[in-house]
Amino acid sequence: MSTLEIRDLHVEVETESGPKEILRGVDLTVNSNETHAIMGPNGSGKSTLAYSIAGHPKYTVTRGEVLLDGENVLEMAVDERARAGLFLAMQYPVEVPGVSMSNFLRSAATAVRGEAPKVRHWVKEVKSAMTDLEIDPTFAERSVNEGFSGGEKKRHEVLQLSLLKPKFAVLDETDSGLDVDALRVVSKGVNDYKAQSDVGVLLITHYTRILRYIAPDRVHVFVNGRVAESGGPELAEELEANGYERFTSAAAEKEEQPA
Amino acid sequence: MTDAPVASSGGGSTTAPGAPVLDVDPGIRTASSPKIAPWEERFTSYDVEAFEVPRGREEQWRFTPLRRLNGLHDGATADGEVAVTVRSGFGDSASDDLGGVRVEHVGRDDARIGDGGIPADRVAAQAWSAFPTATVVTVDQPRSDDEPLTVLLEGPGVGKTAYTHLQLRLEHQSEAVVVLDHRGSGTVAANLELVVGDGAKLLVVEVHDWADDAVFVGAQHLSVGRDATIRHTSVTLGGDLVRLSPTVNYRAPGGDVELDGLYFADGGQHLEQRLLVDHTATHCRSRVTYKGALQGAEGDKAAHTVWVGDVLIRKEAEGTDSYELNRNLLLTDNARADSVPNLEIETGEIAGAGHASATGRFDDEQLFYLMARGIPEAQARRLVVRGFFGEVIAKVRVPALRDRLEAAIEAELEAIGN
Ligand SMILES: Nc1ncnc2c1ncn2[C@@H]1O[C@H](COP(=O)(O)OP(=O)(O)OP(=O)(O)O)[C@@H](O)[C@H]1O
Ligand SMILES: [Mg+2]
Repeated sequence: MSTLEIRDLHVEVETESGPKEILRGVDLTVNSNETHAIMGPNGSGKSTLAYSIAGHPKYTVTRGEVLLDGENVLEMAVDERARAGLFLAMQYPVEVPGVSMSNFLRSAATAVRGEAPKVRHWVKEVKSAMTDLEIDPTFAERSVNEGFSGGEKKRHEVLQLSLLKPKFAVLDETDSGLDVDALRVVSKGVNDYKAQSDVGVLLITHYTRILRYIAPDRVHVFVNGRVAESGGPELAEELEANGYERFTSAAAEKEEQPA
Repeated sequence: MTDAPVASSGGGSTTAPGAPVLDVDPGIRTASSPKIAPWEERFTSYDVEAFEVPRGREEQWRFTPLRRLNGLHDGATADGEVAVTVRSGFGDSASDDLGGVRVEHVGRDDARIGDGGIPADRVAAQAWSAFPTATVVTVDQPRSDDEPLTVLLEGPGVGKTAYTHLQLRLEHQSEAVVVLDHRGSGTVAANLELVVGDGAKLLVVEVHDWADDAVFVGAQHLSVGRDATIRHTSVTLGGDLVRLSPTVNYRAPGGDVELDGLYFADGGQHLEQRLLVDHTATHCRSRVTYKGALQGAEGDKAAHTVWVGDVLIRKEAEGTDSYELNRNLLLTDNARADSVPNLEIETGEIAGAGHASATGRFDDEQLFYLMARGIPEAQARRLVVRGFFGEVIAKVRVPALRDRLEAAIEAELEAIGN
């Protein structure tokens, strides 16, 4: 049983007019075997949260903690976080020209597992994971994400999830840009991994349709750099029906109050 | 990445630390960029005295630190020789049995010398005027890819100067893979003639693996017969200063030339590539792909590379198909890459033409992505650099040489603690 704890997290980015605070005190705890959905308006800081957990150099943590089983994640380098069991499926996966997908996957698996997987097992493992995600085998020889369609990139993020077997996975809009069939395939990929592991999932999304496939235990409304409200799956239905207005106006009022 | 027309400033792009990344896509030269001197206006001569001593302001020499040429441009006399050895095979499996390949040592009065082209700068003319004997290697039948020829050229030694001349002749319909392996110390100026007959096919890889002190200035004259094919790859790793000037001259229609290059400059190194592809015949093809990486350690002298790619498509060269590309990867701050593509088109009847030049720093997003999958930073950097050079290395058709180049790149990266 593992725990990912985010406590009072404040994060800034550097802008032309100086530092700008994006996360303003995020509190969130995810346990193994739990799935938490995070929903919130564009620009509210969801990806910032995801990147900050992964350690993207663009974001500076000014206050707060991220703990993985009590260990301070913020002190770890990006690669150490991954090896400690954190995984981020990115909203915009990066193209790496000249590095083949198969070479990349093998390098990553070797790093995360601490030893090179046995060739024969590995080939089988990759092949079956690709088949499950309905990815054509020819992708293995293509450069990482280069020229992949939006949906193909997302499938490959989930492919990496299933091969790297993290303790916690942050899925940043993995459902965006997927057609109906792809959504089903990708959701099944996540669910299969959930079923065979104790993974805790932080699922960032704009749409309840993915929540019909991947059932959340908790739903958090993310507004203006923090969690505005948390609830059960029914909260997602409410958001679908009424939008974020109730939360955004509340957040705005709070802002306006004199300190 | 920001788009900007590379030639609009009249001289291509110079990317130094802090400058924006340029990613230029195929564009045709604008009127403001410098004109490529057409062949008939380009001054050529075998006689060194016909050229003025360069002062550094000349278009041809403006990037080259003349002081570091050890006098090659100003009449330095030879006090050493380049040892030229021709063998069959590459590396451990090489043998002296050349199986029908002819190797001759001839004087400059030999009628074949000059078939490839005429010097177009003073250092090339100096080498022409001063070489002791020329080596002519003739292939008159197709050789299999598995049997590359290796020509080892060894510098004259520290503090010594030498001039050398090599001609590779491929007779009609013959084929060969040739590795030109440059090593050692000293100061060398050279002419290389690649004379490729009708329907012949030459794959040549020129490796510059010089010692740290070496200065090498070479002119490569590529003469392309009817329907002939040349794949020329130049790999520049070692040396204090290396300047290569390949010139492609199509003698007849149907020629097909690919020029590929890989260079890796460390602190203090000056690596310069100046190309001219002169489309004088119809239905010829040219592809230029040069990739460079630069790394200058902090506190060390900067690493400097220069790439000038001139492509001239003349009025009579209908049906030409041409594309040139140069990419530079700045691995550290202390590095400077000059990149100047020029494309000049004098006929509308072409199949295609374009150029691209981009110089950028190491992409932090790529690094982050790989590291976010657990891959340690040093390994992630190696993956990206290997990927960057991948398409050039993949075209080297000698597996043992490919391995050596990959190992050399790894060693370069390790040298700076990557
Ligand atoms: N370099 C920067 N300069 C200024 N603002 C920035 C910078 N980087 C991020 N931001 C701002 O931070 C805010 C949060 O961005 P983030 O990507 O985390 O939002 P998000 O909730 O993921 O949005 P979306 O739903 O559209 O994906 C945005 O308003 C964004 O414009
Ligand atoms: Mg986002």
